[in-house]
Amino acid sequence: MLIPFFYLLRDGGMKTSITEMLTLLEAMKKGLAGHSVDDFYFLSRACLVKDESQLDRFDRIFAAYFKGVEDALADLMQDVPEEWLVKQAELYLTEEERAQIEAMGGFEELMRALQERLEEQDERHQGGSKWIGTAGTSPFGAYGYNPEGVRIGQRGSRNRSAVKVWDQRQYRNLDDSVELGTRNIKVALRRLRKFAREGAADQLDLEDTIDKTARNAGLLDIRMVPERHNAVKVLLCLDIGGSMDDHVRVCEEMFSAARSEFKHLEYFYFHNFVYESMWKDNRRRHAERIPTLDIAHKYGADYKLIFVGDATMSPYEIVYAGGSVEHWNEEPGAIWIKRLLHTYPKAIWLNPEPRKRWDYTPSIKITREIMDDRMYPLTIAGLDDGIKALH
Amino acid sequence: MADGRFSGTSSYVATDDLMMAVNAAVTLERPILIKGEPGTGKTQLAIEVATSLGRPLYEWHIKSTTKAQQGLYEYDAVARLRDSQLGDDRVHDIANYIVRGKLWEAFESDVQPVLLIDEVDKADIEFPNDLLRELDRMEFYVYETKQLIQATHRPIIVITSNNEKELPDAFLRRCFFHYIKFPDKATMEKIVDVHYPKLKKTLLREALNAFYKVREVPGLKKKPSTSELLDWIKLLLAEDIPPEALRSEDSRKAIPPLYGALLKNEQDVHLFEQLVFLDRRSGHQ
Repeated sequence: MLIPFFYLLRDGGMKTSITEMLTLLEAMKKGLAGHSVDDFYFLSRACLVKDESQLDRFDRIFAAYFKGVEDALADLMQDVPEEWLVKQAELYLTEEERAQIEAMGGFEELMRALQERLEEQDERHQGGSKWIGTAGTSPFGAYGYNPEGVRIGQRGSRNRSAVKVWDQRQYRNLDDSVELGTRNIKVALRRLRKFAREGAADQLDLEDTIDKTARNAGLLDIRMVPERHNAVKVLLCLDIGGSMDDHVRVCEEMFSAARSEFKHLEYFYFHNFVYESMWKDNRRRHAERIPTLDIAHKYGADYKLIFVGDATMSPYEIVYAGGSVEHWNEEPGAIWIKRLLHTYPKAIWLNPEPRKRWDYTPSIKITREIMDDRMYPLTIAGLDDGIKALH
Repeated sequence: MADGRFSGTSSYVATDDLMMAVNAAVTLERPILIKGEPGTGKTQLAIEVATSLGRPLYEWHIKSTTKAQQGLYEYDAVARLRDSQLGDDRVHDIANYIVRGKLWEAFESDVQPVLLIDEVDKADIEFPNDLLRELDRMEFYVYETKQLIQATHRPIIVITSNNEKELPDAFLRRCFFHYIKFPDKATMEKIVDVHYPKLKKTLLREALNAFYKVREVPGLKKKPSTSELLDWIKLLLAEDIPPEALRSEDSRKAIPPLYGALLKNEQDVHLFEQLVFLDRRSGHQ
């Protein structure tokens, strides 16, 4: 009985696995769920949901399924998408019926009429238990098409006492509906690790100890070494504001992953392109600027330089003095970035814009040329390639 | 407890869904992963489960340097080297130098124990992956002595996480999961009642109102949680603050007294004071 529910969860975008489903069945076999729907809801939630951002999604699917409706997907999509309706109708309707619909002005017309009718009924039957009657007079009922399946107006059925906990949707603000990618990014960034021993010697060097003890005529001579640390040094320059607003999330993920992964991570912000200064705190970007030259002098050439930006702007902003949109820059951005590239031979540019759009934006082309083609899309695969290039 | 089911204790208020998740984990003998805002009683849960079921508790606190191996066992090579110098007879048996970890201890317990793996997200990103088999089969292999350690009774494992790192899917699949959501006012009243049974009703109501108001301040870095509320009430009692002082309808007294116990971040305090200041100004106009 739970197999359709399982598939519904998967269709709804949850990563529920067979093991988890079997766990749920095993738990039910042991009589954990008892006879109450609430218990079953709590139990299945503990078994099947493994991340709080998925809880709201689970609640919605659960509510939809246990109202006896097969298709919860439409509800998940908030407002009813047209294609879905068309597809459903094609599933339900025979050739003959489809012809009849055509005679009534086509499917779109019919669906529009359905929507209108539903809205009307919403007003008249507030709190009622049925939306559209199946009487022969309604064109919708006549075709055996159950508008309940379309699930326009699911909120109406408040009188179901069994469905309550999950209908409250307490976890709504936890569902960010964006795939959390920090872990993936971290795994990709790990490739950049370079282990070195530095700092306090607090680990026993077994080999050296044995060696020295043997040389010491069997008298114990303990040798210690420092623990291995990730010694790679990273300089991260992030484009912020303007066209980057669309990419804030992926950049945040990238940033938070990088921050916890590297011990030596320095980050700076710039707007659109690198000029004579950058900043570290966005709220005080005008007051506290750090000259780009100081950065290049302070951090050694062993740092790896990573730019994150969409490089989408007017080409003037790169190649002309005074091209910046924010201030008068004495020297063009291209010169500044070349200076940085000269100091840091290991450098890449990560671009959140999809690769297929790169050729259509002149400023991306220019940036790519300056970067010697070391521009990679800000995806896991792109990150992988980029990290390889940094080695 | 006779039927071996967990249903909260006199000092811990458990909601229905939390009880269900814990009981599922106890019955099926699988680990349970507890997440939630800091200060909502995640660690406390394991302690309470152990007391209420009358089981021994083993606590394994994870730090950023903790390795999975440390929970199983460690081979003390230095001690053996030293003993070899001193001509101790123990040196011939390597088993003398195997130091047992928390997991091993829990596996060898005579009755089914409760094992707390606290703040699993603090460790290295691969840490959970290194424990997959141990948590699944509840066994591991000691290479030095070539022995297989199997759990006599599968321990009830409670794992807590603060979401600092994401956990791998393979690890999650093996656990039950529960997210302790922030308690609503009714549950919170019960919680406070459990901790301060003689609290005056008026003070409790005013304190809770003030507390939830602080929580609703937009943009707080760290919202005050249950444990902060309990600390704050303790302070209010110690200072003998009257309930009237907490009422914030009067905008000049909008900052609750001793709010240092609620806000733990200087930026939050600053933000809060600014908001109150703005409030006051608009109130005068």
